[in-house]
Amino acid sequence: MKPTDITNPDYFHKVVDCQWACPAHTPVPEYIRLIAHGRYSDAYMINWKSNVFPGILGRTCDRPCEPACRRSRVEDETLVKGKKEPVAICRLKRVAADYKDDAIAEHMPKAPAKNGKRIACVGGGPASLTVARDLAVLGYEIVIYDQDPKLGGFIRTQIPHFRLPESVIDEEVGYITGIGNIEFRHQKVDSMKTLLAEGYDAVFVGCGAPRGRELDVPGRQEAAANIHIGIDWLSSVSFGHTTSVGKRVIVLGGGNTAMDCCRTARRLGGQDVKVIVRSGFEEMKASPWEKEDAMGEDIPILNFLVPKEVKHDKGKIKGMVFEKVKAEYDAKGRRNLVPTGEPDAFYECDDVLVAIGQENAFPWIEKDAGIEFDKWGLPKLDEATLQSTVKKVFFGGDAAFGPKNIIWAAAHGHDAAISIHKLLTGEKVEERPAPGVNIVSQKMGIHEWSYDNAPTIDHRFKVPHRAKQEALKDIMAEVELGFDPELAFQEAQRCLNCDVQTVFTGKLCIECDACVDICPMDCITFTENGEEKDLRTRLNAPAPNPTQDLYIGNDLKTGRVMVKDEDVCLHCGLCAERCPTGAWDMRKYYMEMTHAEHACRQQ
Amino acid sequence: MTFIAKPRLHHPSLVKNKAGFTRRDYEGAVSTLCAGCGHDSISAAIIQACYELDILPHQVAKLSGIGCSSKAPTYFVGASHGFNTVHGRMPSVMTGANLANKNLIYMGVSGDGDSASIGLGQFAHIMRRGVNMTYIVMNNGVYGLTKGQFSATADKGSISKKGVANADASIDMVSMAILMGATFVGRSFSGDKHQLVPLIKAAMAHKGAAFLDVISPCVAFNNHAGSTKSYEYVREHNEALNRLDFIEGREEITADYAPGTATTVRQHDGSILRLRKLGEEYDPSDKIAAMKRVQEGLASGEVVTGLLYVDPSPVDLHANLNTVDAPLNTLQTGDLCPGPQALERINASLR
Repeated sequence: MKPTDITNPDYFHKVVDCQWACPAHTPVPEYIRLIAHGRYSDAYMINWKSNVFPGILGRTCDRPCEPACRRSRVEDETLVKGKKEPVAICRLKRVAADYKDDAIAEHMPKAPAKNGKRIACVGGGPASLTVARDLAVLGYEIVIYDQDPKLGGFIRTQIPHFRLPESVIDEEVGYITGIGNIEFRHQKVDSMKTLLAEGYDAVFVGCGAPRGRELDVPGRQEAAANIHIGIDWLSSVSFGHTTSVGKRVIVLGGGNTAMDCCRTARRLGGQDVKVIVRSGFEEMKASPWEKEDAMGEDIPILNFLVPKEVKHDKGKIKGMVFEKVKAEYDAKGRRNLVPTGEPDAFYECDDVLVAIGQENAFPWIEKDAGIEFDKWGLPKLDEATLQSTVKKVFFGGDAAFGPKNIIWAAAHGHDAAISIHKLLTGEKVEERPAPGVNIVSQKMGIHEWSYDNAPTIDHRFKVPHRAKQEALKDIMAEVELGFDPELAFQEAQRCLNCDVQTVFTGKLCIECDACVDICPMDCITFTENGEEKDLRTRLNAPAPNPTQDLYIGNDLKTGRVMVKDEDVCLHCGLCAERCPTGAWDMRKYYMEMTHAEHACRQQ
Repeated sequence: MTFIAKPRLHHPSLVKNKAGFTRRDYEGAVSTLCAGCGHDSISAAIIQACYELDILPHQVAKLSGIGCSSKAPTYFVGASHGFNTVHGRMPSVMTGANLANKNLIYMGVSGDGDSASIGLGQFAHIMRRGVNMTYIVMNNGVYGLTKGQFSATADKGSISKKGVANADASIDMVSMAILMGATFVGRSFSGDKHQLVPLIKAAMAHKGAAFLDVISPCVAFNNHAGSTKSYEYVREHNEALNRLDFIEGREEITADYAPGTATTVRQHDGSILRLRKLGEEYDPSDKIAAMKRVQEGLASGEVVTGLLYVDPSPVDLHANLNTVDAPLNTLQTGDLCPGPQALERINASLR
C-alpha cells in the first residue's frame, strides 16, 4: 500500500465518523468537548454556523452521525450488558441550545450594506432559511415566499409541538431574519415564469415535498370524511384547525410521519391508536428511537399487513381490512411481500391517518419555463452545485432529490448559497471550496494533553422524559426534558475525541514497539508492506471493516511500514504518550466546511 | 511515567483462552518505566506467552531484584504472586520458594546489574542447582536508574552516551548460564516478539533451569550511535540461529515443514520444540558446540539469538534432592514428625 497522504483533508475527516456522516459536516467532537467544559454558547455557535438550527435539530434530527459513531463499535459488551451504543450526539446538541447565554444573538452576524443583488427563495423551510442566512451576510437582498403565515416550513407545520416547541422555532428563525436584508412574503408562488420575470438575480426553490401519498383501496372515497393524509392532518393540528380525533385510530405507514401522527392522535383523544405497516418492523423507515417513543405511549405497531379495503356503512367508517403477508427474498436479494394465505385481518376504527410517503409536486413551474424534470418528476440538477437547467435557478432540501430531512436541507442550503454567490461574482459554479482545516498538537507537557483522553466506560445516558400521563394530557407539553448539565457532562465524556488524530512521523520512529504494546485496541502493527487485502490479514488484531482506512506510515529504518487500523482507535493517545521520540503525536484536526461567506476568491 | 490507566475497552475480536482469560487479563499496572523502554516489550511478550499457555495467574510467582528490570513484574500478570527481593538476592529467594512449593510456575526477572554485578554469585548457583524456573535478564548494558553508567554486560569498546568507551571486558550471561549448568538457554531481542514469545513459552514449560538473555535497549541512556545495545545495532547485528515453535505435548502437530528445514527436540515431558533452520546447521542439544558458537559470535561482534542450548531431559533441584512428591509447604506435622515409634525403628536399624 502507498503511504497515507494525510495532507488530504478527507483522510482525517473520514476518521471523525460522526462529522463525515453528517450531511452538513458539523464538527461534532469539538462542540461536545465545549459542552463538557460548560461552554454552551461556543458549542451553540459551532453548530449554528454549520447546521443553522441547533435547537431544532437537537430535538428532531435524523442523526446520521449516531449510527456512524465509533463508540458503538468499541464498547465492551460485558460492561454495557450486550448493547453497544453511540454517543447521544443529537441530544447533546440540544444541551448547547438549552444552556447557551441569553445574549447569544449578539454573536450573530449582521447584514452589511446591500450589494444590489436580489435572491428569491421559494418556501420558508430549512433549506431556504439556510440560503438566506449564508447570503444575507454577504449583502444580498433575500425575499422568502411561503404559503403559511410564519417561516419554518414543515419544521413548523408537521413536527408536533410536543417534540419541538414553537418557541424554539421562533427563536432560531429569528436569528436568521435578525441578520437583516431578509424579507418574508406570506404569499403562495403560482408561477415560476412570473417569479423569474420579477428580475431576481437568482432563485432558490426549497418548497419541500408537499404532497402526501394517497391510499388507493376500495372504500377510500366513500369514507373520506374520516381518512386523512398524515402531513396535511399534522399541519392542520399544528395551526389549531383540528383539535380532536376518534377514539380508535389506525395510522398507516412506517416512517417518522406515521410516528408523529400516532402520538398526536393519542393526545387528541385517541385511546386505541395503532400503527399498521406493510413491511416488517425492522425495515420500517422510522428512526428506532421514534418507534420506541410511540410504543412507550401504548401504541402497538402491527407489521406485514397490506391495506385492502376500507369498510364503511354508507360513508360512516367501520374499520379496515388487511391482507397478511410475509417477506420473501429473490436471488438478487430483493424483498417481495407475498400473501401468507391466512384469512384477512380486520381492525375497527373511527379515523384513519395515511402516512405512507411524500411526493414532490411542482405544479407552479411551467413546462416551458426551461427547467427540466426527470421521469420521477424531480428537477434535473447538478448534484454538487444544485443548479438546474436554468442557470440561475437552484433547488435544495426535499425539493431537490425527494424527501430527506432537516440536516440535508441545511447542507443543500449551504451548497446552493455557494453556487449562487459564485454565479453572481462570475466564478465557476462547479469549482467547490475546500474545507478549512486547522491542525494543532494537543501535547501540553511530557504527559499532559489538552483534551480528556481517558475513555470512560459509562453506558449511554437516557434523556429524562416527562411522565406519560402528564405528557399525553397536553399536546403542547414537550415530552423530552433534555439532559441537565450534569448528565450532559457525563454523556459528553463518552465521546472518544476522534478529531484528535494519531499522526505518525516515520523518520522519528525507532521501532521500539512501545505503541504496539500499550495500544488497548491492538490497532498498531509494524510489518512488511503489502496489498491492502493481504495486510488486513497480517495485523496484530483483525481489521475486517473495509470501510475504515488503514493508516500506512513509512520511512522506517527497517524498511517495514507502520499500519494502524483506524476502525477501533480510541484516540486515547497512549501511543503518543509512550512514544519516546515523538514519532506519534496527537493533533486536533478542526475541520469546517467553507460556506458562501468564504467560498469566493473575488468578492 | 504515564498517568492514565490503559482503558478497559479492548478490540472487539479479543478471545478467551482455555483458562477463560483474554490476553488483556494477563496485564499488570501501567508501566512507570521510560517511554520506549525495551523492558515493556518483554513484559508484553510475557503477557502473550502466559495467555497462549492458558496459565492460571494465581499459579505464577514472579520474583525480581532491584533495578529497572526488577520493577517490570508489576507490569505483567497482575493477579499472580510477586516478591521484589534485595539487590542481587532474587536467586536465593526463588530457590527457597521453589523448595517450599514446587507446584508454582517460577519466573525470575532481573537485569544486567542485578544478575551480572551484585548478584553474579547467586546467579551462578541457581543455575547449577537446576531450580525449575524461567530466569529472564532484561539486558541493556547500563545502569538506567543511576543515569547510565556501564554495567558488567556492556561490550568492551561500546561508547557511552557521554562519549566514553568501555574499557572492561563484558560478562556474557548466555555463556555463564550454559557453563553453570542451565538446561535451557536462549537469547532474544525485545524488538522481536515473533522470536521472543515462543522462547518464553518453551522456557516456562521447561522442567529445569531455563535462562533467557533478552537484549532490551535503554532508550534514555543506551540507544545512541556507538552503543552495542541500541535498537539499531541489535537489528543490524542480530544473527538468529533458529526460529522456535513450541508445541505442548497434548497438542497435535499440524504444521508442515519441508524435510531438512526443521530440527525437532522432543523433551522428556512430551513437549516438542520445533526449530526452523534459518541458515547454518545448528544443533542446540550439543552443549559444547553451543558454547563454541556463542563464543564465535562474541568474537565476530554478532548478537547470536534463538534457542542456543537445551537439554531435553533436565533434572531439577527437587529430583536431585529426592524430595517427596507433595510440595513441602503442604506437609503436616504428622508427615514431618512421625513419632517415637518411627524414631525407635530408625534407631533400631542403626544398632
